Amino acid sequence: MIRSELIQKIADENPHLYQRDVEKIVNTIFDEIIETLSSGNRVELRGFGAFSVKQRDARTGRNPRTGEAVEVEEKHVPFFKAGKLLRDRLNGKA
Amino acid sequence: MSEKTLTRMDLSEAVFRNVGLSRNESAALVGQVLQHVSDALVAGEQVKVSGFGTFATRDKSARIGRNPKTGEEAPIPPRRVLTFRPSHLMKDRVAAGNAAKKA
Repeated sequence: MIRSELIQKIADENPHLYQRDVEKIVNTIFDEIIETLSSGNRVELRGFGAFSVKQRDARTGRNPRTGEAVEVEEKHVPFFKAGKLLRDRLNGKA
Repeated sequence: MSEKTLTRMDLSEAVFRNVGLSRNESAALVGQVLQHVSDALVAGEQVKVSGFGTFATRDKSARIGRNPKTGEEAPIPPRRVLTFRPSHLMKDRVAAGNAAKKA
């Protein structure tokens, strides 16, 4: 399923809404999540899962092609952990 | 910078502000979006949201695990796990936002 298919499903379920409003709803949700992580905060969605930011320490990496050592700076990466309900559903337990 | 965890209620509030539906309907729509994403994953589909990332499931085979506290062996049954790969856009925004915060 891709973004446009998700939007279509929501639109089919809500025939009273304009298509452009459905797009706005879906975009708002994903934008808010990115925005929250960008400001260093967590996102916890009951039954679905949690998005958080993990810190990766600075390290000395290596260019795999040339073998040259490169300094990699500390950075922050997004991380997602599925919630219990979703994990159980994936395994046919709910 | 506020220290605050975003919840379903905050997402509903954002939809309410941006789209102008009632609070109740905004909350219902947030629920529907998460439900559709979950249903697709449970059905074994990938969910690709451009600019955000990709949710996918992977099948793990059974293995013998160990209780790290007691050292006891314990069988881990085969299971399906969910992985999320953030898009470049999301990675860049999260990296930039958190780097800027420090400086």
